[in-house]
Amino acid sequence: MLQINDLHAAIDGKPILKGITLTVNAGEVHAVMGPNGSGKSTLAQVLAGHPAYEVTGGSVTYNGVDLLEMAPEVRAQSGVFLAFQYPIEIPGVTNAYFLRAAYNEIRKSKGLEEVDPMEFLDMVEEKLKLVDMDVSMMSRSVNVGFSGGEKKRNEILQMAVLQPMLAILDETDSGLDIDALRIVASGVNALKRPDNATIVVTHYQRLLDYIVPDHVHVLAGGRIVKSGDKSLALELEARGYDWVLEAA
Amino acid sequence: MTATATLQEQANAFAAIAAGAPAPLAALRAAGATAFAQLGFPSTRDEDWRYTSVSSIASTPFTAALDGAVGALDAAQLTPYTFGGSLPLVVFLNGRFAPALSELDTLPDGVRVMPLAVAAEHAPDLLARHLGVRAPADRDGFTALNAAFAGEGVVIHVAKEMVSEVPVHILHVMDANGAGVMSHPRHVLVAERHAKASVIESYVSLADVSYFTNAVVEVSVEDGATLQLLRVQRESPAAFHVGTVEARQGRDSHFVTFTFQTGAALSRSNVFTVLAGEGCGTTLNGLYMLDHEQHGDHQTRVEHVAPNCFSREAYKGLLDDASHGVFNGKVFVHPEAQKTDGKQTNNTLLLSDKAQIDTKPQLEIFADDVKCTHGATVGRIDETSLFYLKSRGVGRLLARQLLMYAFAADVLETIENEAVKEALEQLTMVRFTGATHH
Repeated sequence: MLQINDLHAAIDGKPILKGITLTVNAGEVHAVMGPNGSGKSTLAQVLAGHPAYEVTGGSVTYNGVDLLEMAPEVRAQSGVFLAFQYPIEIPGVTNAYFLRAAYNEIRKSKGLEEVDPMEFLDMVEEKLKLVDMDVSMMSRSVNVGFSGGEKKRNEILQMAVLQPMLAILDETDSGLDIDALRIVASGVNALKRPDNATIVVTHYQRLLDYIVPDHVHVLAGGRIVKSGDKSLALELEARGYDWVLEAA
Repeated sequence: MTATATLQEQANAFAAIAAGAPAPLAALRAAGATAFAQLGFPSTRDEDWRYTSVSSIASTPFTAALDGAVGALDAAQLTPYTFGGSLPLVVFLNGRFAPALSELDTLPDGVRVMPLAVAAEHAPDLLARHLGVRAPADRDGFTALNAAFAGEGVVIHVAKEMVSEVPVHILHVMDANGAGVMSHPRHVLVAERHAKASVIESYVSLADVSYFTNAVVEVSVEDGATLQLLRVQRESPAAFHVGTVEARQGRDSHFVTFTFQTGAALSRSNVFTVLAGEGCGTTLNGLYMLDHEQHGDHQTRVEHVAPNCFSREAYKGLLDDASHGVFNGKVFVHPEAQKTDGKQTNNTLLLSDKAQIDTKPQLEIFADDVKCTHGATVGRIDETSLFYLKSRGVGRLLARQLLMYAFAADVLETIENEAVKEALEQLTMVRFTGATHH
């Protein structure tokens, strides 16, 4: 599904990613871990097409096409989804309107008819249960006045509605208490299918107790310095990052 | 300034014609002609006109609307501008009152709506008490000019203790026959004590022609009354528009205005109110959305004369291309106006590198026990928010639209009438998409 090959990226001329190579197949869950400043979030943002990051080398192929050539909205329409570490507040636009606009834009890009507000709300009500959100949240402005946990659940709700092929969760666990973490993780797990894939970017192993990865990668200094299976995450939890960095 | 000389001759001629007209109108025209001879057009040397040059108005020879015939129009052409069509409607076509297009059969109880000529005949005392009183002819050049050409307008009078939720809509329409016309409507709104009423004053055009509108609205909000005035300026992109509201408020009254400005090549909105009675308040909100080379100027003046009054003011703007916005909000607090509570904000989003805003909130406080704040911000569309929307599959155009709408949403939210609010929300959504012209 996704082939990242020797990817380099910079922000404000400062190199952050210095040669990432990673392959993600359908049905897989990959965890990208690493200390602060290792480039984890940058990788997530670059894959989603954040305009502040400049790709300075390498390639990313998504389902056979050049992902880096696609505008952010086209990536989303093609099934790429980034759950933001810090979801953005948009005062004045209701959650319902925003989500329906996104859903319909994606449908339009596929040549499908738009759905009307009533039909849409029926569909959303099912998805709300996945993340234990009340329907009243739909009539509030996007993320405005939401608690940290509500914002993250709202991200997973969007994911549930938009049904991406490739979901990238950028530190979705940060700032969550254990109950919220469970809700978010069970939402993500419920959306897992053999034909989609998930990249979980996280600093802590904790989330991986609930979203079990097939592969774990350690990012440091803009490179993947170690890859392994889920036992690597447990080892990192027990021993910290230093030993990996030293070995690298 | 040949055109000004011509205008003066025209003004004198109108004053002369008015000699036989009902007394209040004749007096107003004479005073207007005299005052305009002294005041002329303002120049950018005047502090209040520093950022707005009216030389393009002064140098254009316009034909007075009163010289033109009352035109005709297929009423269906007004459908897009009548907010669903159920509101009492007073239509002025190319500056002339158009009874055939007006709908005044279903006026709320206690609400009288009279064209100036009718008021002069049937309610001369009312007219004498209010015409040229809040906005006297010698106030400034444009008000003088309006007075000199007085003739068209409407008096809306709400009897004491009458409460009406249904707005009366004064709709000014220009069509192709309006090319080169100048109209000087003068409206008088009176809400007697403890009355509640709402008026919409809108300006639209069916053709992209050039003309000049110079409107004056005189408002009396008497003790305990509430009056809402919604002003919708959607003039032709080639038009010139000056619109002035002068209000005086009695004790415990509330005057609410919303100024929606998207049209005209050059427009100036003046909203002035005097808080004359204790415990009254005013809410002045506005939204301006300009593009291309449009110039839009907002002046507000809140005079706190009596103690324990409040004023709330929020103007927001979206400026694209090489458009130019001006906001100058003055709050005067007189020495007796203790416990004044004033708040004023002006926020503008610049959508292009060439758009500009000159914003000047101004407080002049002569009382010592008051609470007054003001603030202005100028910003751009937030790139992170834009990326967030795009990352959900929302295309660039819709994403920008949503963010512009979101920026304007809180001021639009203050409009009470649902149908009107939804119509203006829709206009805001499509303002910069090319879907409608203005």
